Amino acid sequence: MTKAEFRLETLTCPACVSKIDTAVSNLEGVQSVKVLFNSSKVKVEFDNTKIDAEKIENTIKKLGYPVLSSKVS
Amino acid sequence: MIEYINKNKNMFTASSGILTAIGFASGLFGNVEIKNMLLLAASITGGIPIMLKAFQALRLRVFSIELLVIIAIAGALFIGEYTESSVVAFLFLFGAYLEARTLEKTRSSLKELMDLAPLEAEVLREGKAVTIPVEEVEIGDRVVLRSGSKVPVDGKILVGKAYINEAAVTGESVPASKSEGDWVYSGTLVDNGYIEFEAERIGDDTTFAKIIELVEEAQESKTSAEKFLNKFARYYTPAVIILSVIVYLITRNIRLSITFLVVACPGALVIGAPVSNVAGIGNGAKHGVLIKGGEVMERLSKVNAAVFDKTGTLTRGCPEVSSIAAFNGWNENELLGLAASAETISEHHLGQAIIKEAEARGIELSPVSNGEIIKGSGISVYAGNHKLLLGNRKLIKDNSISIPEDVLKSADKKEKDGNTVVFAAVDGKIAGLFAIMDQIREDAKSALENLRRNGIKKIVMLTGDNSQTARLIASQLNIDEVYAELMPQDKVGQVKKLKKEGYVVAMAGDGINDAPSIAAADIGFAMGKSGTDVSMETADVVLMADKLSQLSHAYVLSKATIKNMKQNTYFAVAVVFILLMGVLSGNVHLASGMFIHEASVLLVILNAMRLIGYKSA
Repeated sequence: MTKAEFRLETLTCPACVSKIDTAVSNLEGVQSVKVLFNSSKVKVEFDNTKIDAEKIENTIKKLGYPVLSSKVS
Repeated sequence: MIEYINKNKNMFTASSGILTAIGFASGLFGNVEIKNMLLLAASITGGIPIMLKAFQALRLRVFSIELLVIIAIAGALFIGEYTESSVVAFLFLFGAYLEARTLEKTRSSLKELMDLAPLEAEVLREGKAVTIPVEEVEIGDRVVLRSGSKVPVDGKILVGKAYINEAAVTGESVPASKSEGDWVYSGTLVDNGYIEFEAERIGDDTTFAKIIELVEEAQESKTSAEKFLNKFARYYTPAVIILSVIVYLITRNIRLSITFLVVACPGALVIGAPVSNVAGIGNGAKHGVLIKGGEVMERLSKVNAAVFDKTGTLTRGCPEVSSIAAFNGWNENELLGLAASAETISEHHLGQAIIKEAEARGIELSPVSNGEIIKGSGISVYAGNHKLLLGNRKLIKDNSISIPEDVLKSADKKEKDGNTVVFAAVDGKIAGLFAIMDQIREDAKSALENLRRNGIKKIVMLTGDNSQTARLIASQLNIDEVYAELMPQDKVGQVKKLKKEGYVVAMAGDGINDAPSIAAADIGFAMGKSGTDVSMETADVVLMADKLSQLSHAYVLSKATIKNMKQNTYFAVAVVFILLMGVLSGNVHLASGMFIHEASVLLVILNAMRLIGYKSA
């Protein structure tokens, strides 16, 4: 199980949370997603044999939320 | 393309604003054609980023506010109301921009905290000091700290002495003196001094990283009102679309139905409660009080009975010499020096108090010999050419030394004041008394008064200590009820009893023996200075500097936060209601409706921002 944390540009609408949540949790290999609205972070747990952090980052970007930095552990 | 639009949203906002302005200006000169062209261009420029967001959300089957707005803009264009469509598009984008800016401010406390995170560390590797990024520090590394440097990781001091500003962890900005054996915490700042310490907790395990995580999670945890509003919003938006269609079917008036769409946007209602909460939790974190989320905030504001453990919570938890009386020609400091030297052979906490007092007064200790510990009474020691006895009455009696009347009287008085008295006899004669007391924390009285002023109806003290000392402290602090000589399970019983009587109970304690009663209370306060993970994880509110003034601040802050949240919610509901009335009576139009809507959102954010600088005293 790999954990990744993405820092996004400031999230402003609570609706963004459900958008990111739905999109990322629909990816294959993603176990859990937590979107922190107030700190503008996305915490993801995933199976690194099925998906990598870069792919998750791209999904978030495609939704229209620029990723400022990411941390994988 | 999508990324480009999102990145340059501000440019779209500005262009649509400028186009709208020029459009109006040319309208003033009677150029209706040019005006309409410009306003159409403004509507489209502003509409593109809104439509994009609406579309992206819709693809994930989420009905967003943007969807409502874009339908309204399209509707206005359709009936040829270019003025309205351009103003709506611009105001919506501009409002969102202002909201983002002000929202950042309500979150600023957490950001300020995160900015305190250390970036690099100076460590000794192969005897040489090298500077490395903080991520590369390993457990066991010897870390060097100089005046002005930031502590990179947690660890115990090996050599050196320094004053450290621990505001990042405790909220307390008066520098603390630290030396060999003391813990230093990541994120704190060396005021002056030099230290070498061994790294023991790194990365996400440091106290500082845990605080950040706790605050982050706390800000996400929602109050029950917020949870309700979130659920509500999910059905509200599609419901508004359906309603506006119904309005159209009944009235056959496109104008009215699209105005209805815009004014019914749930903006201030959805954002009002969370911003108050975030600002409140942020204020707490800045003062060294970690309140774990909106639900805790809500419950804390309802507390009306406070239960305190005595030792370590209301008192400092370490006995101190409160007074010394010297007799028979001895002088205070001489006697203290002798007694402290003698007590070095004992590990009794009363003996430690005497040694600490001597150190505080700068008295040097001398070597002693033939020390003997007499269980249950005291010690007997040779210091220089004197024979010294230190202990309770029994020790003095057993050595058949008589206690003069005046000494006896003075001892009785000290004991009545809540002290434990240690007798000192030198060469067979009484030389003095040490009165030792576990002192009340200096902020206890004002903190309890503050609690009472703000709505606590009952203050209770529980202790395992004897009832005479307990009663004395209780009367000094105006505590309503005291229960002494309790076992941990008795404390739980008292908390449960209060709850049964209908009180909402907060419990504050420090040691492991208080953990069950902290868990049993509606709100558990834990002292976090000792940095034990257990207390930080189980309690609802953590006081990072172990200060009772922080406890009263937390309580008053929670009341202010909940009040702020209510103001925002009532205000938002009132605005929606007034707008709907205005639309139905024909007084509010599309553009003015959008303006009022955006202004109300900004007002609730500004209202919440007042909490950031809130002070309880």
